[in-house]
Amino acid sequence: MSEIPAIRSRKLEITYNIPISKTKKFWDELREGKIYATKCKKCGRLYFPPVADCGECYSSEVEWVELSGEGELLTFTHIIVRPTSFQDQQPYTVAIAQLKEGVKALAWLTDVKKKDIKIGMRVKLVPKVFEDGRVAYEFKPAEKKK
Amino acid sequence: MGKVAVIGVGHSKFGDRQEVNVKELAFESVKPALEEAGITRKDIPFVSVGSVGVWYEEPLPAVAIAEYCGLTGAGLTRVEAACATGSAAVYSGYTAIASGYVDLALVIGVEKMREVDTFTAVELMGRAGSYLWEFENFGLTFPGYYALYATAYMNRFGATEEDLALVAVKNHKYGALNPLAQLQREITVEDVLSSYVVAWPLKLYDCCPITDGSAAIVLASEEKVRELRIDAPVWIAGIGYSSGTGTLSYRGGFIGLDAAVRASRMAYSRSGVEAKDIEVAEVHDCFTIAEIMAYEDLGFCNRGEGFKIVREGQTEIGGKIPVNIDGGLKAKGHPIGATGVSMIVELTKQLREEVKPRSRQAPMRNYVALAHNVGGTGHYCYVTILRR
Repeated sequence: MSEIPAIRSRKLEITYNIPISKTKKFWDELREGKIYATKCKKCGRLYFPPVADCGECYSSEVEWVELSGEGELLTFTHIIVRPTSFQDQQPYTVAIAQLKEGVKALAWLTDVKKKDIKIGMRVKLVPKVFEDGRVAYEFKPAEKKK
Repeated sequence: MGKVAVIGVGHSKFGDRQEVNVKELAFESVKPALEEAGITRKDIPFVSVGSVGVWYEEPLPAVAIAEYCGLTGAGLTRVEAACATGSAAVYSGYTAIASGYVDLALVIGVEKMREVDTFTAVELMGRAGSYLWEFENFGLTFPGYYALYATAYMNRFGATEEDLALVAVKNHKYGALNPLAQLQREITVEDVLSSYVVAWPLKLYDCCPITDGSAAIVLASEEKVRELRIDAPVWIAGIGYSSGTGTLSYRGGFIGLDAAVRASRMAYSRSGVEAKDIEVAEVHDCFTIAEIMAYEDLGFCNRGEGFKIVREGQTEIGGKIPVNIDGGLKAKGHPIGATGVSMIVELTKQLREEVKPRSRQAPMRNYVALAHNVGGTGHYCYVTILRR
């Protein structure tokens, strides 16, 4: 740090307990290898990420719909300068894809060389379980058609 | 709705200001703003403070600043709209006067972002948006958000990394002439292209710096303007605003900011001004791609042509519409709560034709100016139109 006179403040470590009771099925199904969206039973709007309440028609009657994960890459970036809590990661690629069911998803894109990433390429969104038990999902290049 | 004028402005030096705390930094702008208006702290009935906070020690900056500046007792609020916080604070002061509730208001924008280390600042900005779905597992950063737009834009319209670099070169050219700017030096396209990658395709020189700074304005009713015999009031002709989803994947596309399109249409309609009438503009160039999209969102050119008007020099002094001729966020710096207020300070000076050095003064015929201030990646947007 600089030589400019300063008093170092007291340290405070904060973490949050993020409630997921209303979307617990999503996180449970990820462990089972499935990716779910929610669909409003009243107006039919599909939500990914999933929601418990429809912001469109204000109905709280939603149903769970499994996504195929199949999609087309819309855009991407390689994150080189990483936040404090991602300092232990190698640089990563974040992508957004349009999924077949009509929703978009944002996740890391893995298992592909940077030079082979192209907008419009076919990708698949798949669940990912980390060693420490956390679950998430990521894009991988779609397998070539047989 | 009553008319509202800017009657006094103040602006601190932007940069790495670790020798002052947030209160001292705000004072640097409050004092000249009140002096210019010809009033004292005791005349102020309402204060709106724009500051996002979290990177400095005070959780209630409005209270701390009001106390330090002798404004305790006035009506007081603290406003947050991410990087558009300053404009939201201006709007708060504007409505207080336009509604007739008060006849004077002080708007302060301030941010101290450098009391934490760079990676912590990157983290705090990256968390803003949709924490659980876009940060928790994916570590998106603020440059990353705009990089997603840059990749999509370049792919769609054929703009190149050199085109983006031209925005940085232009804004540094004017930043070099602005004694209050953080980065007072000219750069070349090569400097931009050879700087390290932050979030591909954005490199260090495509990004605004992390900045400490403050700006303040005094707003007054028409009656108060007469009473105080203000020579050159600058009127707020209209303010437009809108918002976008926090979750990027809920959005329709990534080649422009819908919130900015809606905010600008509203601002034009409220002020009776069209894009072609604007003689000088401050646009939100937190990243080079953001300035290019801003031209298009504001209707300065058609969609997909923003990078072409930079190539043609249309947004420099002498071109069709000079943009960010104070250096913009890119070179002047971007203390996020102060930026929106800083834009009004700069445009007020442009409209009063008192910018120094004169080489940084835009030519005026109709005296119409526009400030475009985006919070997040189009999570918020405010467009403010001023005229003299």
